[in-house]
Amino acid sequence: MTTETRTPVLQAKGLVKRYGHVTAIDGADFELYPGEILAVIGDNGAGKSSLIKALSGAVIPDAGEILLDGKPAQFKSPIEARRAGIETVYQDLAVAPALDIATNLFLGREQRRKGPFGSVLRMVDKSAMKQTASQHMANLQIGIRSMSQAVETLSGGQRQGVAVARAAAWARKLVIMDEPTAALGVRESGQVLELIRRVRDNGLPVILISHNMPHVFEIADRIHIHRLGRRAAVVTPQTHTMHEVVGIMTGAVVHDLEHPDKANGHH
Amino acid sequence: MTHTEIQTAAQMAPPSGPEDERRGLLSGDRLAQLGPLIALLVVCIFFTTQSDRFLSGQNFSLIFQQVMVLGALAIGQTIIVLTAGIDLSCGTVMAFGSIVMTKLAVDSGVPPVLAILIGLLVCGAFGAVNGGLVTRLGLPPFIVTLGTFYIAFALTHIYSNEETISNLPSVMTALGNTFKVGSTAITYGSLVCLAMFGVAWFVLTQTTWGRRVYAIGDNPEATRLMGINVRKQLLMVYVVAGVIYGIAALLLISRTSVGDPNAGQTDNLDAITAVVLGGTSLFGGRGTVIGTLIGALIVGVLRNGLVLMGVQSIYQVLITGILVILAVSVDQIARRRKA
Repeated sequence: MTTETRTPVLQAKGLVKRYGHVTAIDGADFELYPGEILAVIGDNGAGKSSLIKALSGAVIPDAGEILLDGKPAQFKSPIEARRAGIETVYQDLAVAPALDIATNLFLGREQRRKGPFGSVLRMVDKSAMKQTASQHMANLQIGIRSMSQAVETLSGGQRQGVAVARAAAWARKLVIMDEPTAALGVRESGQVLELIRRVRDNGLPVILISHNMPHVFEIADRIHIHRLGRRAAVVTPQTHTMHEVVGIMTGAVVHDLEHPDKANGHH
Repeated sequence: MTHTEIQTAAQMAPPSGPEDERRGLLSGDRLAQLGPLIALLVVCIFFTTQSDRFLSGQNFSLIFQQVMVLGALAIGQTIIVLTAGIDLSCGTVMAFGSIVMTKLAVDSGVPPVLAILIGLLVCGAFGAVNGGLVTRLGLPPFIVTLGTFYIAFALTHIYSNEETISNLPSVMTALGNTFKVGSTAITYGSLVCLAMFGVAWFVLTQTTWGRRVYAIGDNPEATRLMGINVRKQLLMVYVVAGVIYGIAALLLISRTSVGDPNAGQTDNLDAITAVVLGGTSLFGGRGTVIGTLIGALIVGVLRNGLVLMGVQSIYQVLITGILVILAVSVDQIARRRKA
């Protein structure tokens, strides 16, 4: 990999977050490079969700810095992170089931009609939203024909497809996927993994948080292993086995960050 | 639709015939939407066969005058129910509004138009209290509005000294005036009520504000995650509903020509009945204000028709109860099929 010479899309240096006596993030570093799927894994309590929350604005770190495209960024809320171009897909299918696909894709960002109908009467432009929604769904090759279909009429995989399409449609920098397959069956998980790949192939880097090791090894370009509040190692599915990764994650194998014999992608 | 996309559609689709499943669900939705209209038609046809006086312009004008206050109240109730809330205080807030308007104008010499505006503000303030307690303290709407129901009821009787206020200025009863279409006299209040339904339909279905009302009722957490200020929107919903109850108070005054402290007591529950009969789900996110109009008309037609048939009015209450349970059951069964 030649990632060292490129500017990370999202980078964190020495993040710290304490809750009283508990240190959730203990000087964590993080890099996401353009065009990659970076899996973030870690045992329960390793602080990986605190890290992700800090990166997505849900938690404000006590120390350290976050760089977006090499420029310092401070997110005081998830809304600010979203404004900066970071979208998040949640595991629990954060869609409104009774509303149609187009409305879900544009929830909170409704497109208004042009002219006084939009500015004075604040009318939404339903046909334009349907058309745009249809394009976004087609970009990810999600073959749903009608954008006026209620989301509850879709399968679980298709619903998550709507959430992924929404994130991909609005993200300008990157997409964070927080356990996107946790609520899904095997076959539907496979479909969502395929969508994640397409998001990357369409040019958006992806942070994938997952407990599912086979999923991680199936689609990740690099794997960030979190342990005891900081990054323990960054490896790739090509250089390390699942067994070794679990070893690093649990502390059974001590991974030397300064002199990695096998790891790459880190300086 | 390109060839590859169709293939992907098949690939994404669950194996157990999604097309059939989808069609089945859609027809369930259609039934929920058309059910109230069918019920209204059936009731109308039944009364037409039972009484020759039922099917006339004059009688329908009367029915509409009788349901316009309830209909207006039910609009506010619908918006709240769409957010998965409920408002038990609507009728008593309206009664308090009508006493404020009439007493200020008659006893305190406040100009009638100003008195009406103050009444609207007071009703809006009740909405703000309801909405504030629901959004800031996270209290259940059922309990909050039960509390404000008692408070509005008590304030109505304290402020009015239990006295009916009469000799109202003509401005206050202007909406009770009629105009003739052929031989049928129609009140301006009926038109105002219909216009309110039109505006509510427009706002709920065509504007950002309305779409967000549905989204909050459907999945508040997802709505919040998409960057919508759910608390602010909910607070606005309760305030808007309060102002609508204020307009209902004005319609009430125009119809009765007095400020009656005992008005509106049955309307609290009747408004919820109209909403439910109109097919709006008490679980939020589903329903239409046009359905509510039909629901209010079902209540009005039942009352009117049974009176024409000479049936004791208590049977109308009995039938309303049965219809409410039927309507809620249909909603619950439709929801289960989707889960």
